[in-house]
Amino acid sequence: MKALKRIYLIIIFVFLYAPVLTLIVFSFNDSKSRGHWGGFTLKWYGQLFKDRQVMSSLYNTIIIALLSALVATVAGTAAAVGIHSMKKVLKSFVMNLTYLPVVNPDIVTGISLMILFVFIKLDLGFTTLLLAHITFNIPYVVLSVLPKLKQLNKHMYEAALDLGAKPLYAFFRVILPEIMPGVVTGFLLAFTLSLDDFIISFFTTGSGVSTLSITIYSMARLGVSPKINALSALMFIVVLVLLLIVNKRSATNGRNEAPLINI
Amino acid sequence: MKKRITAFTLLLLAVAVTLSACGSPGSDSGEKTEKVVLNFFNWGDYIEESVIEEFEAKYPHIRVNLETYTTNEDMYVKIKSGGSDYDIAIPSDYMIKRMMDEGLLKEINMDNIPNYKYIGDQFKNLSYDPENKYSVPYLWGTVGILYNKTMVTEPVDSWKILWDEKYAKQIIMSDSERDSIGVALKMLGYSMNSKSIEELEEAKQKLIEQKPLVLAYAVDEAKDMMIAESAAMAVVWSGDALIAMNENENLAYAIPKEGSNYWFDSMVIPHTCKHKEEAELFINFLCEPEMSLKNVNYIGYATPNIETMKLLDPDKITNSTAYPTAEQLANCEIFEYPGDEINKVYNRIWTEIKAH
Repeated sequence: MKALKRIYLIIIFVFLYAPVLTLIVFSFNDSKSRGHWGGFTLKWYGQLFKDRQVMSSLYNTIIIALLSALVATVAGTAAAVGIHSMKKVLKSFVMNLTYLPVVNPDIVTGISLMILFVFIKLDLGFTTLLLAHITFNIPYVVLSVLPKLKQLNKHMYEAALDLGAKPLYAFFRVILPEIMPGVVTGFLLAFTLSLDDFIISFFTTGSGVSTLSITIYSMARLGVSPKINALSALMFIVVLVLLLIVNKRSATNGRNEAPLINI
Repeated sequence: MKKRITAFTLLLLAVAVTLSACGSPGSDSGEKTEKVVLNFFNWGDYIEESVIEEFEAKYPHIRVNLETYTTNEDMYVKIKSGGSDYDIAIPSDYMIKRMMDEGLLKEINMDNIPNYKYIGDQFKNLSYDPENKYSVPYLWGTVGILYNKTMVTEPVDSWKILWDEKYAKQIIMSDSERDSIGVALKMLGYSMNSKSIEELEEAKQKLIEQKPLVLAYAVDEAKDMMIAESAAMAVVWSGDALIAMNENENLAYAIPKEGSNYWFDSMVIPHTCKHKEEAELFINFLCEPEMSLKNVNYIGYATPNIETMKLLDPDKITNSTAYPTAEQLANCEIFEYPGDEINKVYNRIWTEIKAH
């Protein structure tokens, strides 16, 4: 039985990590082909940093992901607090409005946002891309903060007010720390969703502003360059190292604290 | 806990702010001098980057903003919406015709493109732009058979070899409706742009007959399968053939004598263009033989520029993968849009073949 468990676990890890490993291995492949090993090289890593197009896409991707996740987290948390204290009928109405963008196909969201931006004469570019990402991120933040609010003891806020706290002070000192795990989850969710969105980004960007997914996807016609393997390998390793550091810190910092990243 | 999270948020904010303050290497922050910005809408990885840098060095008042797309259709949707001011784009032949018909292109002032004289005469007055008013050819290529010399012993000079039972389960057909039906039409001696329902039905029968011999219908994967030697023959575009031949020396490419399809990607100025003169300057620059040479060496497709051809390694030209001879080209055709009615017939036939 124990052996069976172990095999099951191994199979799952193979499925999860085999593609990433292949990708990393092929970033050292001297041949441009994906099916054929041409010897070890580091040239794709060198070329990657010289490629203006890829580097500026990487830059845009990170900026857009960070900014849109931050704005969406603030807006989404505020919205969640508001929705939480609504009356029942209004609450279910607003919740349905929130679910809609989540279940809506990306292509519909992308094209409709594009048409909207064109209609209000906003030039497609960095601003519209950022607005689009904030738009599709907000519902995810709302949906990850609301359960935390439901768990909250509703008398805590009242107790804080009774003890003389101003509403704003009570929110930041009492409510926010309690719902923080939900807020962090929402932020991370928004950040990753923004990182790998292609369709909405393609239709809402313009004037030469590209994200990584657009740049990579548009290479499909001539074959995706191994430079992209190199970039993906680097990104994977950076994320891995960051996660390890964060988890290590929360393991050593005090016993009572939950790990920071707790999805 | 709270302190740590506040610190984490502050750190993120700091990163975001610093990054935006530094300005990206390729986007529009930085000095705000009155530079003309050209928005260049191109296929991904379809230009040698140093060409853009040299253009910007030569014309310091212009900056080129590169944005990329994956298919002609994606590009069409974005240009048609008019949300962004694209100044130059590089669509393929049939898409140029469609955009022209819908009034999405501006006429190019050929007086501003003196280098147009380098474009070979056989690449002018083509069916999609008969008066050379809207497009300047960038690169072109053909469709043919990529085969493995160790697996195919007889000469490959006819589409008929794709119906040879000797090669059962070693043939890769193109997973593109026009290409595969076109191959069958050509083998039967008809035009690739056939609008006759009987001819199309005949082609359908041929392709159904061939289906048991076909290993896979593929587009992008075809070249990888050929490099890995898991098939003997594949119907591919010449650009893919070149990439594959560089990786595996047993591979060769042939354009069958019945003729084939040849296609063009040409530079156009969309209706959204705000800086027409600078756009023309850029198109002219891309037609400079040295610049065109850099692009050809980087991308591998064929150039329509005669001066560039003179600069090319003669081996590359005689090796007719990229450059078919005039007689090989004689039977080749450019795809034309057959009209909505016949287009539906193509769709139906292709579905029937794939579902058979």
